[in-house]
Amino acid sequence: MAYSDRARATYRSELDGIRGAGLFKEERYIRSPQAAAIEVEFPAGADGRRVINFCANNYLGLSSHPEVVAAAHAGLDHRGYGLSSVRFICGTQDIHRELEGRLTEFLGTEDTLLFPSCLDANAGVFEAVLNDQDVMIADRLVHASIVDGMRLCSAMRDTYKHASLEHLEEKLQEHQDKRYRLIITDGVFSMDGDLAPLDGIVALAEKYDAMVFVDESHSSGFIGRTGRGTHEHFGVVGKIDIITTTLGKALGGASGGCVSGRRELVELCRQRARPYLFSNTVAPVIVSGALKVMEIVQGSTERRDKLEANTRFWREGLTRIGLDLKAGDSPIVPVMLYNAKLAQDVARDLFGEGIYVVGFFFPVVAKGQARIRTQLSAAHEREHLERGLAAFEKVGRKYGILGKSRDEIKEMYGL
Amino acid sequence: MDELRKAILDYVIHEYLEDGDADDVTTTTQLISGGIVDSFSMVSLKRFLEKKYQISIPDRDASPEAFDTVESIAALVERFRKGN
Repeated sequence: MAYSDRARATYRSELDGIRGAGLFKEERYIRSPQAAAIEVEFPAGADGRRVINFCANNYLGLSSHPEVVAAAHAGLDHRGYGLSSVRFICGTQDIHRELEGRLTEFLGTEDTLLFPSCLDANAGVFEAVLNDQDVMIADRLVHASIVDGMRLCSAMRDTYKHASLEHLEEKLQEHQDKRYRLIITDGVFSMDGDLAPLDGIVALAEKYDAMVFVDESHSSGFIGRTGRGTHEHFGVVGKIDIITTTLGKALGGASGGCVSGRRELVELCRQRARPYLFSNTVAPVIVSGALKVMEIVQGSTERRDKLEANTRFWREGLTRIGLDLKAGDSPIVPVMLYNAKLAQDVARDLFGEGIYVVGFFFPVVAKGQARIRTQLSAAHEREHLERGLAAFEKVGRKYGILGKSRDEIKEMYGL
Repeated sequence: MDELRKAILDYVIHEYLEDGDADDVTTTTQLISGGIVDSFSMVSLKRFLEKKYQISIPDRDASPEAFDTVESIAALVERFRKGN
């Protein structure tokens, strides 16, 4: 037996280390479709509880939308369950190209290629278009999947301070000897909820002959006047060379992602990106649902407008209660608690009040920056938000953190 | 503090810290295990050292442990300056 007692003991001890550090992740079983209110079994084996969900990426409330579900059913009937193939052998249906066309139009790019997920898009794109004569210059808070993708690429890697145009400019000057420079950023940063200064980034890219990559996973569908993304918000549609985004958040929430951008770069991904070449095609049922999502999103701004109003109401409410928030314009609203244990305790107590949120702490965020990340949805009604605010006020009072600054919380609980 | 340690500390403060956090960092502060510098951003520090001191640090020596404090980084630079 190759899996020896020694091997088992080694891995058990690693797991114990994760538990001991308080970093062990446990899944919570949800017994209902994704929605503003869900039924959660936690801890495992407990009776299901009805709670209001403030931690889904279901920004537009389309994850269980009846029209999307119906379109997915129709796709299942007309195009089947699976294709048993990668795209380039016999895994491309007419609807795959139709969805790629819709995304190209929506994102304001030249072409789009679907991937099994945005993680796969990020894993494959850099290696496909850059080589060792180039440099990738990334914001220090980009998503983990971008970091992984950069590791797979032979181009030089460098980083700049989060959202700092000044530091980015220094780096661009430093790398003028390279064949190509690619600036890499998230559109909306998933942990802080702030927006990358894309207008300034594009201006620097033009000044220093660099290309721009933006991951729009936490913005596609709702940031910008018509929800096209961070590039629409900053008025730079058509100036972003590579966009990656996901169908797994606002745009239906199932799975799938894409690389969208300059025609040649997308075509190179089709020829070379390994997660595209060696992984199954996106299932027809997902593509069919996503086509309906695009129709809904492009047909009206009603849902993104409601999300914007919900975000404003929530932010104002939490501020009035006296909680310390990260500033920002997105429906990601982090409540700062700084201390890791405090973040977990507050999240647990909120669950007891019927509010489902999760505490985040190192290594997911920097040390001393523990928080509860709340996320708004167009599926939230005013009543959900009011109940959420009442729960935050009650639990915040219990821990004595209302109206307290970072230093005061640090004084009370340490970092 | 000697010139080498001061140069490394200055670079770390300028490159990795936000304004106002500089006072918290000394030559023995744990940079990587302390969450100040992520291993990914370490690349620019290695390039800075190689350029400034005209040395070449092989990737196998540029470990997160070797780059964890200004002291350990200075020791690494001294080793390669002597031609080891």
